[in-house]
Amino acid sequence: MSAAQYLELYQSLTEVLPGQNMPWLSEIRQQAREKFAGGGFPTPREEEWKYTNVTALEKKLFKTSAEPGEEAVGPWLDDFYLADAWTVVLMDGFFSPGLSRLDGLPGNVIACGMTDALKHHPGRVKTLLGSALGLEAHGFIAFNTAFFSDGAFVEIPTGVSLSRPLQILHVSTRPEGLANTRSLVGLAANAGVRLVETYAGAQQAYLTAAVTEIKLAENAGLDHYKWQVESDQAHHFGGIYVSQERSSRFNQHNFCLGGLLARTEIHTELADGAECDMNGLFLGLGRQHVDNHTRIHHREPNGISRETYRGILADRARGVFQGRIVVHPNAQKTNAEMNSHNLLLSDDAEIDAKPQLEILADDVKCSHGLAVGQLDEESVFFLQSRGVGHETARNMLTFAFAQAMVEKIGLESLRFLVQERLLNRFPQSGIRRDWL
Amino acid sequence: MLKIENLHVRVEDKPILKGISLTIRPGEVHAIMGPNGSGKSTLSNVLAGRDGYEISAGSVTYQGRNLLEMAPEERAREGVFLAFQYPVEIPGVSNIYLLKAALNAVRKHRGLHELDAIDFLKMIKDKVKLVEMNEQFLYRAVNEGFSGGEKKRNEILQMAVLEPRLCILDETDSGLDIDALKIVSDGVNSLRCEERSFILITHYQRLLDYIKPDFVHVLAQGRIVKSGDADLALELEDKGYGWIDQQLGAVA
Repeated sequence: MSAAQYLELYQSLTEVLPGQNMPWLSEIRQQAREKFAGGGFPTPREEEWKYTNVTALEKKLFKTSAEPGEEAVGPWLDDFYLADAWTVVLMDGFFSPGLSRLDGLPGNVIACGMTDALKHHPGRVKTLLGSALGLEAHGFIAFNTAFFSDGAFVEIPTGVSLSRPLQILHVSTRPEGLANTRSLVGLAANAGVRLVETYAGAQQAYLTAAVTEIKLAENAGLDHYKWQVESDQAHHFGGIYVSQERSSRFNQHNFCLGGLLARTEIHTELADGAECDMNGLFLGLGRQHVDNHTRIHHREPNGISRETYRGILADRARGVFQGRIVVHPNAQKTNAEMNSHNLLLSDDAEIDAKPQLEILADDVKCSHGLAVGQLDEESVFFLQSRGVGHETARNMLTFAFAQAMVEKIGLESLRFLVQERLLNRFPQSGIRRDWL
Repeated sequence: MLKIENLHVRVEDKPILKGISLTIRPGEVHAIMGPNGSGKSTLSNVLAGRDGYEISAGSVTYQGRNLLEMAPEERAREGVFLAFQYPVEIPGVSNIYLLKAALNAVRKHRGLHELDAIDFLKMIKDKVKLVEMNEQFLYRAVNEGFSGGEKKRNEILQMAVLEPRLCILDETDSGLDIDALKIVSDGVNSLRCEERSFILITHYQRLLDYIKPDFVHVLAQGRIVKSGDADLALELEDKGYGWIDQQLGAVA
């Protein structure tokens, strides 16, 4: 039913979606549209969506428009730029040249909007689009493929390491608006970059549906940060799908602090000797629902993956962690570990945590751990016995639990923003920035 | 400073302290000795305000106020300090951050302004010397990966920074080698003054070789069965706690 609404909405836009004049792309879109028409958005009947119900989306129709808007963006947007980065801004689903900051970007590096990329580098887009998605195919991805309005396109050539970080800043400003973007990131052999994807928006309800596909060629290294600070009323679906070639490194940090209902998927496939780190922190307050879904496929031998997720759930918030590592029959000598630690701060908070190992090879080293707990009362008492108030003591310990993940952020400018945001989330913490 | 009268404490309906009375005046050092299970740690925990203890009778008055009605943080701000027998590790909270948070909370309570960063650091560096600690420890998470001796020195550092009026040292000597014991004792001795009182809770006499108490009390089966001066500790060292138990047996 909701699928029908969206199909109808997009009927009028089909002609203006980027790449409609390209048969290869319109064919891909047509297939995705049929899939979405048949199945709609995912439902809790699907195993991978068991704990996250997005049927609320069906009660609303988030609207996209045919072209970038002229809305003035408030000064609040400034808080989300990384000071030392080149920034590609996607506003309400469209690349904004005016808001982007790309001066001084080396000439051999591409960082632009998807529509522009389709115009100027159609061959490159064709190579990357769908390449990391593989068999991924739920309703949100079909929806995104069928209707994405724009996105970011990044390509780093062989052997180039960018000196400054690159940021894709996704911003939503329209009430009941929909930002539906597909971004593509390609790192050629031996290339390296630190990429930050920020999701933010004005304080209102809107829907973000963003898919990022990343292809890492041989020995390429990507530090990828997802910094999700959507508005408190926003719905967010963000999928990151990675294809890692031999000896490439994907070092991922995922901070999910915003949104009313937020689902993040991070899936990667590792070839021979590839490495992957996944570090995640999610925080749910009020009635937030925060879902993180990760999947690591070891397809070939000698891969290494390390995954650590921490969740903090307060009030009536609900968190989901579904992490799965699959070691395929050919992937001997794989070394994989996964940990999920979760802190429940109230009786009404809830976490569904499901770490899974699926091992189909015999010469591997794999482990996983799961912990769900409350604040350590002994530590609370210790802090009180030093004069720290009860509430402050609890906040200090909660913040410390989060700090363990924040400290892993290699980018100082981002670490500062994340800490700031965390401190603001605990206004009564009594914790001061200059103590850190 | 502290007046404990006829204190009875239960833990899960089991009587642990059965009528403790003790008066501590400013500047005095009292040692409370006793065998395992005599109630020593219960006494220190009750004074610091830990949960899980039921006061079934008696009272504790601290500087004229009912100590037992005060929240643990209020006791700390009013100058009660407990050095833990087993200091907790707090990953993610650095030592210096804890010290700032604690000191500011205490100073605020006393109507004092917060120390600025420069004064704070200067003060901390002086105190760190007192316990012969490497300054690097300030930037490490509280007690995380510290040895037993380092943890106890860290407790004394916190005590030195907060400048409490009543210091309760719960088995601070346990698990210390002789060098660490000496450093800890020197730290404590340097904090002794006319306004500050100490309760040293210990199983062994050896701590008292380094910190000379004014009074020694023997706690057994939830009661103070004997009080005396520093010589009493030596007597206990000679005769062991069996001697006390025999006396108790005779009374019973």
